[in-house]
Amino acid sequence: MPKLEVFLQTLIQGFLLGGLYALIGLGMALIMGVMKIINLAHGQLMMVAMYMAFWLFTLGRVDPYLSVVLVVPAMFLLGVGIQKFLVNPLQRVDSIMPQNQIILTVGIGMVLTNLATLFFSGDYRSTPVSYATKAWYLSDLWKGSPIELSVSYKELVSFLVAAAITLALWFFLQKTDTGKSIRATAQDRDAALLMGVNVERMRVVTFGIGTALVGAAGCLFIPAYYLFPDLGGQFTTIAFVVTIIGGLGSTTGAIFGGLILAIFESFTATYVGMGWATVGRFVIFVAVLIFLPGGVSSLIRSKKLGK
Amino acid sequence: MPRWTPLAVAALLALVPLLPLSSYLMHIFILVIMWAIIGMAWNLLGGYTGLVSFGHAAFFGLGAYSAGVVYQRLGWSGWWGLPVAVVVVALFSLVMGIVVLRLRGPYFNLSTLAIGEVLRVTAQNLDKLTQGDLGILLKHRSWTDKQNFYWVILLLALGTFYAIKALVGSRLGYYFVAIREDQDAAESLGIDTTLYKTIALTVSGVLTGLAGAFYFNYMGYIDPKVVFDLPGISILAIMIVMVGGAATQTGPLVGSLIMVLLAEWVRSIPKLGAAHMSVFGVLLILIIIFLPNGLVGDFGKIRRLFAGKKAS
Repeated sequence: MPKLEVFLQTLIQGFLLGGLYALIGLGMALIMGVMKIINLAHGQLMMVAMYMAFWLFTLGRVDPYLSVVLVVPAMFLLGVGIQKFLVNPLQRVDSIMPQNQIILTVGIGMVLTNLATLFFSGDYRSTPVSYATKAWYLSDLWKGSPIELSVSYKELVSFLVAAAITLALWFFLQKTDTGKSIRATAQDRDAALLMGVNVERMRVVTFGIGTALVGAAGCLFIPAYYLFPDLGGQFTTIAFVVTIIGGLGSTTGAIFGGLILAIFESFTATYVGMGWATVGRFVIFVAVLIFLPGGVSSLIRSKKLGK
Repeated sequence: MPRWTPLAVAALLALVPLLPLSSYLMHIFILVIMWAIIGMAWNLLGGYTGLVSFGHAAFFGLGAYSAGVVYQRLGWSGWWGLPVAVVVVALFSLVMGIVVLRLRGPYFNLSTLAIGEVLRVTAQNLDKLTQGDLGILLKHRSWTDKQNFYWVILLLALGTFYAIKALVGSRLGYYFVAIREDQDAAESLGIDTTLYKTIALTVSGVLTGLAGAFYFNYMGYIDPKVVFDLPGISILAIMIVMVGGAATQTGPLVGSLIMVLLAEWVRSIPKLGAAHMSVFGVLLILIIIFLPNGLVGDFGKIRRLFAGKKAS
């Protein structure tokens, strides 16, 4: 049954990729929820994190999965810096252009991409980890299996780490004071301010966390992907498509969005052609905007309200 | 500004090719004027109507490919691309408007960005029509020297300037600004916002498409990565308006002059050449923070700054 085999393999591939997409989208959704801005430098920040992981691997022989521990704090600080020194001052600027902050993040993304090209050249890089080609096959587990499926080791580990980070984030947002303050700020900025939440600090912390999340995603991506300076733009697109599918600013939605987009993309790549995967991404984006403008989260919400 | 000033400036500019300028300098002049057209077109949509488009490369590339496909597949002169581009881009803008004009704020920005990217990937993959990444090569350019191209683009620019001036000065212009300032209020005052947004989008798109069709005839070669480029076309169009001044008539002209010269200058510095996108990015960040209304829009601010320095 080769047809079924291809179908299931595509589904697995998409699902595993979806975990990483969700992680990228989560960072964007958090920033969007609290700041009400779209960070168009998101993918570029991930590219920076990937270079960190790459150099840690190449110079320090640090395994990409371990480098998460080092890269995440560094990315957090980078995000805090960007928010403090670039995005915050913009709030006091008086301009007729309403979308200044988005254009600002475009500028940041341009600088990051170009600096990466300057310092690290445009070469394609990769981290040749020892387990790069290791995979588990269904036939190893179940001898008489009629179909053959495989799961690559690095993709599975990336997915599991991404899931763990997502769980940790959920715990942080639900249970800790800072997390609750962040959610309060996202829901209603003024009310949160009146309740004694330090909104300014929450914005800075949120941008830091959002950047740290995409940094973690970068570390998880690098064992499986080539790295080059221009890769950022593509992931910025993925991040915003994920958040749009999920519903702007919704973290739960972003998880669904990531899975939906990745599965959809891997089916486009298998059944239509590799080159069209990007078009598929935008088709689903425009379709969601037209038919389900609130994203998946609006569906969840209306279920909860029993409408 | 007296009424005849733009005409006088254009007349003076029309004399430029008579000077003994090098071919390279003429090329710069042509680029500045072409980008001024794109800037003015973007400004109509982004500056006046407040719809910040991240996808003007879609119009530019569509215009360029209209000319390219007319030349390659039908064997007509590339200049037929100009009228064809008007029709193609106008139809495309109308269809695109149905989708993107329902969206507001960041949704609109991102959907335009998406459309620009979709067109690029489509042009890359539809090789039966566009020859994909191979691009389309114009085998014989109409003129070997640059002065005729210069006059063509100058005429286009003058037309664009007056068209936008007339539009903005008319009742429509006030509708556009009303939509930018508060779409709901405009709607409640009886302005058919969708109609006027469609008009702004279509006019802006067609003018950009014309510049694209000219680009094919002038450069003689296009490929999807060049004419549908996100940083190279869409973002540069935004930067030109941001630097010059959004919602001003002369802003895009000033912005285009500065950006094209800056790009050429930075690229010519040996070690810094590759860093020109960084320079652009930093400039964009600085402009947004310190001169949010651009050089023309914040001219009073700049003058006060210098006057204050002199006084102290």
